[in-house]
Amino acid sequence: MCRMKSSEIPTAALVLGVNVTDHDVTFKSLSEVLQDNVTPYVVSLQAKECPGIKHLLQKLMGQLMDCCVDVDSFEEEECVNISQKKIRCSMASLSKWYESVTKKTGSETPSKKITSSSRHWQSPPIVVIFKDMESFTTKVLQDFIVISSQHIHEFPLVLIFGIATSPMIIHRLLPHSVSSLLCIELFQSLSCKEHLATVIDKLLLTTQFPFKLSEKVLQVLINIFLYHDFSVQNFIKGFQLSVVEHFYSQPLSVLCCQLLEAKKRVNSLSHNQCENIRSLPSFRRYVESQVSEKQIALLTEDSFLKEVTQTLLEDLHIYHENYFTVLRCLHVFTTSLPKYPLGKQIRELHCACLGKSVWETEEYGSTVQLLRMLAKDELVAILQKCVEIFISSSGKQFSNTVEKLEEFLARFQNLETETNEVQDVSVLSQKELQKKTDLYHLQKTLLELKESKRSKKLTKFEMLRFEVVDFIDSLVRSYLAPAEMQTLNEVVYFNTANTLREHLNAAPRIALHTALNNPYCYLKNQTLKSDVGCISNTAPDICIVYKLHLECGRLINLVDWLEAFSTVVTAVEGTDPDSVATDQVDEIIHARFIRAVSELELLGFIKPSKQKTDHVARLTWGGC
Amino acid sequence: MPLVPARAAATRLGACCEPWGRGGTWGRGSRQLQPPPPIPRAAGGRAGLPLAESPCIAPGCKAAVAGGRVHVVLYCPERGVHSCGLRGALRGEQCLAACLVNACWHCRLSAMSQLELKRNQVLEARFVADEDVLKHISDNGGVKVRKDRAQLALNVKRFVKKLENISDDDDEAQEIMEEQNYVAVLGACAEDSLRNGPSAGGGKIYSFQTPKRSGKMAELASELAQTPGRNVTFDSSEYPEKPACTPQSSKKYSASNKPQLKSKKNEFVSTTPYRLRKRLTAPSLRSDSESDYSASCSEEEEEDKDHKETCDVILGQKTPSKTRAAPPSKKTPAKKLKEEMTSNLVEEYFEAHSSSKVLTSDRTLQKLQKRKLDQQTLLVLLNKAPPAFTAELKELNQQHESLFSKWMLQLHLGFSIVLYGLGSKRDLLEKFRTSLLRDSVHLVVNGFFPSITVRSILNSITEEVLDHVGTFRSPMDQLDLIMKRFKEDSSLELYLLIHNLDSKMLRGDKSQQILAQLASLPNIHLIASIDHINAPLMWDQAKQSLYNWLWYETTTFSPYLEETSYENSLLVQQSGSLALSSLTHVLHSLTPNARGIFRLLAQYHLENKDNPSYPGLSFQDFYQRCREAFLVNSDLTLRAQLTEFRDHKLIRTKRGTDGVEYLLIPVDNGTLTDFLEKEDEDM
Repeated sequence: MCRMKSSEIPTAALVLGVNVTDHDVTFKSLSEVLQDNVTPYVVSLQAKECPGIKHLLQKLMGQLMDCCVDVDSFEEEECVNISQKKIRCSMASLSKWYESVTKKTGSETPSKKITSSSRHWQSPPIVVIFKDMESFTTKVLQDFIVISSQHIHEFPLVLIFGIATSPMIIHRLLPHSVSSLLCIELFQSLSCKEHLATVIDKLLLTTQFPFKLSEKVLQVLINIFLYHDFSVQNFIKGFQLSVVEHFYSQPLSVLCCQLLEAKKRVNSLSHNQCENIRSLPSFRRYVESQVSEKQIALLTEDSFLKEVTQTLLEDLHIYHENYFTVLRCLHVFTTSLPKYPLGKQIRELHCACLGKSVWETEEYGSTVQLLRMLAKDELVAILQKCVEIFISSSGKQFSNTVEKLEEFLARFQNLETETNEVQDVSVLSQKELQKKTDLYHLQKTLLELKESKRSKKLTKFEMLRFEVVDFIDSLVRSYLAPAEMQTLNEVVYFNTANTLREHLNAAPRIALHTALNNPYCYLKNQTLKSDVGCISNTAPDICIVYKLHLECGRLINLVDWLEAFSTVVTAVEGTDPDSVATDQVDEIIHARFIRAVSELELLGFIKPSKQKTDHVARLTWGGC
Repeated sequence: MPLVPARAAATRLGACCEPWGRGGTWGRGSRQLQPPPPIPRAAGGRAGLPLAESPCIAPGCKAAVAGGRVHVVLYCPERGVHSCGLRGALRGEQCLAACLVNACWHCRLSAMSQLELKRNQVLEARFVADEDVLKHISDNGGVKVRKDRAQLALNVKRFVKKLENISDDDDEAQEIMEEQNYVAVLGACAEDSLRNGPSAGGGKIYSFQTPKRSGKMAELASELAQTPGRNVTFDSSEYPEKPACTPQSSKKYSASNKPQLKSKKNEFVSTTPYRLRKRLTAPSLRSDSESDYSASCSEEEEEDKDHKETCDVILGQKTPSKTRAAPPSKKTPAKKLKEEMTSNLVEEYFEAHSSSKVLTSDRTLQKLQKRKLDQQTLLVLLNKAPPAFTAELKELNQQHESLFSKWMLQLHLGFSIVLYGLGSKRDLLEKFRTSLLRDSVHLVVNGFFPSITVRSILNSITEEVLDHVGTFRSPMDQLDLIMKRFKEDSSLELYLLIHNLDSKMLRGDKSQQILAQLASLPNIHLIASIDHINAPLMWDQAKQSLYNWLWYETTTFSPYLEETSYENSLLVQQSGSLALSSLTHVLHSLTPNARGIFRLLAQYHLENKDNPSYPGLSFQDFYQRCREAFLVNSDLTLRAQLTEFRDHKLIRTKRGTDGVEYLLIPVDNGTLTDFLEKEDEDM
């Protein structure tokens, strides 16, 4: 900034990534921070509000006047409002306004707010945020920059460009003559994946919130994120929807709350709710594993059931506490491995553990094998991290684990001194080798050495490493059991991924096509049952008309279409052409045909065409 | 895995058509699992013998090999001629798999040999039983074919090997695997939920198709008409007219069209692009008896004949099929080259679109003596039509209605709800409104109404809901005020019901932006319906996140009565009363001479109403007539008069091919007759 020329406008280029929907939040907090710490004059502009330079200035002035009202006392509100309408929006008036405002604030209040900024600026700058720089028309941007660079002496101005693509876009949008008026500093925001990781970390991988997502649901949400929009907001929306769905559809979600509260609520459960608990698949599994007297008690006595439920809920809570700690610990191990067999992100690991017993998977096997090849210093560093994780965790039952890990660490420490000794031995033997030049002896000692190596294949370090890995493996096996195996998991886990998918990631075209192509899917009537690619002639009119139109090329002759339709329909009704009422029937069929065709038009399958009389054009698949 | 290329082809095609619907059902799993229908019986005397075992080309199976393409027309004894799934060209081995999957279960073509195409080579084509195909597709190795069909197995093995070669391509395989994973996770829902599950196979919908013969529709219609008892076997006694016309049509061929016979057969068998076909048939235009058909449709007519002929041939004996298959190979090398170049999807698309000529019959509704119905009679007639599937429809509706309370909850939690699926959702929304929104402030917007605008929606909010008086400079200002008021006062609540959010008037970007911003307010609850197939394309990511949609599939199958009544439907006659009154009003304000000029034109127009190729009255002719009737004295005065007419949209001018200016009255004949009669009365 010190090298900045006097006429240059300081500009921040903010590269935010393609997840456009999340930008709003970023900008909102950015302008709040700016308003709190730097300057009250923060203006954010969107491309769609500013089709021309005039609109841009209007918006700019409007927002500035508003924030000036916020700063100033309320008496002046009216006069400001009036002046806002009167003032012609120009840069000159802007600078005049700025002069008056700064003079006022400068004299009245030495301003608490602007203390920090006063280091750089004698007076608070005007910050203009272009939220979506790429969407602005180049002319508007260029004009604004050129004009404001002329007035930069009258009031300090700072620009912020929000960029979704790459910083190169600035130079593509602005010619050199314009961009040379800017002094651009580049800022890179965190990638959306990191934001997602934070969200998952804070929302899902914690015992703080009782509500949990099952593996499938989480998978769906992550897939929507990765394959569709990279939008953290949408991920949160999906999460919200799952919360809604869970509490709406699961009657036992009443117990999905903090443990103490849940225990209280268990006591007040009605008989029906108890029955609900009894019908949970996980609970039934639990009952089956009990002795028969207890089984009967569980199934008949509500009070006993409530008691057991309380302990089960507590177990579930403890399971979660352990689970997340051990998961983080395992994650520390897996991220150090080449190729990340269990995934790089903790969310992948979480999914793997949630769904099924992770230790039975192939990936886990290769992970363990790779772990057995870790170097010592790596292993020590990882163990230290694990100790930290365990210490910081709330679970008390990990004190043993921590002790054990610390013991491992100590042994590694000892190992260092031991290995020195071993090295001494080998050095010694080497010296012996050099000493005795007798061929026979040489051979003998070499053989001895070889044998000793073979037998001592496992050094102490290797033994220890095996022990460590086995210990971790035992931790995984005892604490990372899949959630579905836990009794009463249905209370806190939302697992109908289908609903989520239907409502968030719907496929309206496929639904429409299915309905038209195979009405049996919806209308469960036996007469509609038909082969694939074929349609029953009793199907609704629109289906028949649709089916017929699929056989046509780009243009469809309405007369042919009508005739084909009436052939099909009359065949159903079994009316012979000689019957008396043919004319009337014909009329009705005609009317039905008209209705079906105009429905297809409404649905966007055809449109009227002027190319030929009485023809319509196909608009969809294969219409070429 | 032999299935991979087929699936890949389908997905890739689908991807370009439906980018947002990737969660679709590409998997054809459900289809493959269906029990295979019985092996079709061979027609003629060979009843009962499975076609797959017939030594050479099965009866009714026509295949033509022409420069890189295999064109196949299948004849299925049960369903008539039909080329389902194999209509398109087979491009390389990859497509074979696709075709086999796509092919109809009744007729199965094992076109697995001879893709290296040589002149005079006939494609060996035969039917394969369903189980076999199923096995080839589902088996990983695909080699476990029953031993007793050794001959077949040999071919299959070769085929499978080719497929394996293809899947060796690492990148592609990888890509496909990923795609499959994705489908497994996102798309699988469709399979396990009953709703989207079956049918909707991608390949069939999403592939570009080569232009079809227009006779197809009639064919399909008769085929559909026959389906009710689906196990009806093809019995020649049921179709007495078909054999009857054989001699006639063949006679025709032998008598008049003998020289062109070859080329025509050629064109029949193959579904070559239109341009090519046109070139082939250009010299052989038929000008005889069928006055119904213009030049461009003559060949299609012939095709119909051809179809019939082949039907008969097949019914009779099966030897001709061999000779049938031969002609295509007689193409000149130049043509072959040309075709090879276009053996690519994209090129095929443009090929199909490049020719402006369309191949449809020239019949018009007027000739059919079908008078256009007006809205009222249409409604009356429709009421007479018996409603179908009432019980099922009711059940569907009940399913949807059970969701009402859930919708209400979700609306309150800040989501917006969009309903999609076939059938009018108006009644459903109305029911929702009457049952749950009776005591709350709500606004119903009939999006299908042709003159609805965003402005009118905003106006009703400001005027009716917010009781605001005053006008606004722009909708944006209005929106700002609404947003401000709703933010200030959290007790304000508004339910916005929009029928057809995707209607012509509301689908514009600006309208959607404004509506989305409205929907983003926490105390405005939006529930809307969409019908158009491309409706979701209205929204970009930013708008979608503003709307905060939750999608609900509500297929109702109920007719779009209200929605289409405003659509100026092609077939519904506009009552014309409006046009008539405006006509009389405008003309009454004109001089008598001007009225005379218009009368003259109108009369001429009516005289020519039966002439479909009536171009209009040329300016020179018109001037002559007007002069003779002492209405104008120079062409300048006439021109001035015509300008006036044109300004009032009473006439239209059009330049003919010869550069002459033609005058037309863009009012339908009925209205014009009424007008003239009224004029006569007045005079």
